Amino acid sequence: MIHRMSRLVVALSATFALSGAFAGEVQVAVAANFTAPIQALAADFEKDTGHKLVASYGATGQFYAQIKNGAPFDVFLAADDTTPAKLESEGETVKGSRFTYAIGSLALWSAKEGYVDDKGDVLKKNAFQHLAIANPKAAPYGLAATQVLEKMGLTAAVQPKIVEGQNITQALQFISTGNAELGFVALSQVYKDGKITSGSAWLVPASLHEPINQDAVILNKGKDSAAAKALVEYLHGAKAAAVIKSYGYQL
Amino acid sequence: MSLTSADFAAIWLTLQLASLTTVLLLVIGTPIAWWLARTRSRLKGPVAAVVALPLVLPPTVIGFYLLITLGPHGFIGQLTQSLGLGILPFSFAGLVVGSVFYSMPFVVQPIQNAFEAIGERPLEVAATLRASPLDTFFSVALPMARPGFLTAAILGFAHTIGEFGVVLMIGGNIPDKTRVVSVQIFDHVEAMEYAQAHWLAGGMLVFSFVILLVLQAKGRTKAVVR
Amino acid sequence: MSDDGMIDARFKVDYSGFGLDVDLQIPGRGVTALFGESGSGKTTCLRCVAGLERANHGYLRVNGELWQDSAVGFFLPTHQRALGYVFQEASLFAHLTVRRNLEFGFKRIGGAAQRVKLAQAVELLGIDHLLERMPEHLSGGERQRVGIARALLTSPKLLLMDEPLAALDHKRKNEILPYLERLHDELDIPVLYVSHAPAEVARLADHLVLLAEGRAVASGPVSELMARLDLPLAQSDDAGVVVQAQVRAFNADYQLLSLGFAASELRIQVAHAPLPVGKQMRFKVQARDVSLALEKPAHSSILNVLPVTVVAEVAAQNSAHVLVQLDMQGTPLLARITRFSRDQLELKVGQALWAQVKSVAVLA
Repeated sequence: MIHRMSRLVVALSATFALSGAFAGEVQVAVAANFTAPIQALAADFEKDTGHKLVASYGATGQFYAQIKNGAPFDVFLAADDTTPAKLESEGETVKGSRFTYAIGSLALWSAKEGYVDDKGDVLKKNAFQHLAIANPKAAPYGLAATQVLEKMGLTAAVQPKIVEGQNITQALQFISTGNAELGFVALSQVYKDGKITSGSAWLVPASLHEPINQDAVILNKGKDSAAAKALVEYLHGAKAAAVIKSYGYQL
Repeated sequence: MSLTSADFAAIWLTLQLASLTTVLLLVIGTPIAWWLARTRSRLKGPVAAVVALPLVLPPTVIGFYLLITLGPHGFIGQLTQSLGLGILPFSFAGLVVGSVFYSMPFVVQPIQNAFEAIGERPLEVAATLRASPLDTFFSVALPMARPGFLTAAILGFAHTIGEFGVVLMIGGNIPDKTRVVSVQIFDHVEAMEYAQAHWLAGGMLVFSFVILLVLQAKGRTKAVVR
Repeated sequence: MSDDGMIDARFKVDYSGFGLDVDLQIPGRGVTALFGESGSGKTTCLRCVAGLERANHGYLRVNGELWQDSAVGFFLPTHQRALGYVFQEASLFAHLTVRRNLEFGFKRIGGAAQRVKLAQAVELLGIDHLLERMPEHLSGGERQRVGIARALLTSPKLLLMDEPLAALDHKRKNEILPYLERLHDELDIPVLYVSHAPAEVARLADHLVLLAEGRAVASGPVSELMARLDLPLAQSDDAGVVVQAQVRAFNADYQLLSLGFAASELRIQVAHAPLPVGKQMRFKVQARDVSLALEKPAHSSILNVLPVTVVAEVAAQNSAHVLVQLDMQGTPLLARITRFSRDQLELKVGQALWAQVKSVAVLA
């Protein structure tokens, strides 16, 4: 199943980077759109703190179901702010630990060079067969995409051409395989070091949709974990902020 | 009742998909099964292996390759485009194509087994009674393999209903076109609509149980008749 | 060239571990038995005739009709050959009733070609009461009778039977044999009959082809071949001769039939139910039932004491006996006597003797 968590041990072995007195391990549930940044952050975090970061990638809604049913995560980096808030109100998190670690940016992207112009006029021309978005019911970037279309007054025109990926990763896959000519993805997926990595994109202005606040929380299981606390502190820091911004997120 | 009209649409779509897939598989799978049951060709092994692939491959692998081959740069995608059919992903036709491939072993293998169980003799008898090979196929092989066809149809139908990974990969979650029950359940779970998820998931559970029960009962009566 | 009235069959088959290489000219009427041990190639030969096995080198002409000639690449597929085939196991279609089984071939040959009618075949094989049953509810013997009727209903120009009795026990065999004899008597269809049972051959066959290790060892009329000492038949426990005869008289008082031969004025007496005078029939005399005397015994309970001359002699497989081939005024006869007796009598080829026949089995 596509969403079955693919666990990736990003770390070098914790044993050879013993700078902290009590090196530990932190299990993190990471929203799919934050996959690339967390991989970059993990190496640095492990070097700085000596803790090991074990990340699972998936959809926010699914992580919610798993956390409610006892999944062994210490920290949750969600793709939205409502899911962490809901978990907090249900007593699944460490009180006061919730904070916004990144604000997502939306991009209209195509794998083809020059296909998407820098104003998004390609949408109005409506000459494509398929427009990929993430499932708006489950993915914040999908919801934001529908808000953009609504604001541009294109909802009715493009509705028949919309294809939904279950998450933002799958939406990207539809586009990169060419099955959909273009689609709305998280900027972080196609952006590195201040520029688009391939194809063509329109960086959608934040004014066209509700802000995509991505919140993090420490879950009950991570209450006494030094590694979890260290990760949250690290994410608050300036070094992390620079990395996160380099992937196209706001802060 | 907490099923929405979207849920019913998904159920209806799923039934259409499973029915059409089953019919197509019986039509396509029967000659393949016949060939596999009778051939002495060296190609038998490779062909049987290809047919059986979906049994061992994760649906995501199948879905991924279908997405690529059916896509605009893929072999089949090029073909469908040159025929003016566009591309198959994100369409009901695409789901049917995917399901046919994905459920193929569940239909071909029971039919192949049934054909093999007939053996050479009845076909030879038919030849000595002036029946041409085609005549023999319809008047002897098909009726004698009937239990295999029933099993194949039930398994093919049920397996298509339960299909998820492939649909997810090539479907695009379009209402009335590609949003089948399994995807709808997934949507409900992701959107935390657990009550609706329960209705559909419970329904699937009962359906699958009944199907397996029917197959079990069928196996028993067959044993008794013998 | 037209060779009507003949079956001309040449087959060469090479399988790993087994080969068939035969060249047969068989009369196009009556029953021809393909006789041999298992593995001798008789079933393969029959399957080649049917076209179920495709011989790499093959030529087959049946009563003037060409069925195969590999020299010109001609091969008539089985379903286009006007043959009937009875398998060792009846192999009825399990999904069809007896009636539908019978009709399977019958309706496929079309009206004009339906020389054997359904009612006729049903009556001949005595299966009227079975028509609506499913094959699984029939006994082995009943199944085989249906199988034979089914083959007959294609009005074949050649009937092939592959040990149709082998799968049956003694009782069932005896249940079917009379039907096979009626077939022989009432329908003028040439039959190729595969068997390894000398008793069946003696009872049913007119002509005999002896197969061993894929080759035809001998071919000829049954009466001739069974009397030959150089063939393995003579060494079997059931060795004996089959004689064609005609009913000459019937003694109602003693219930004795008097049989005569075309070639001589000799008579043979046999206890039997009455048969019409003039009827052609066959009887078998086993070699072990024939004893020899230098002078005609004057007082004996044995009915048939006949003048014979010694034609040849051969040792039996056991060293106590010898087999002696005799000529009874044109009719061959075999006797199995002890080597001791042979020496006592000082038997020589050409010597005239008296043969005492203890028992005569009327076949049909």
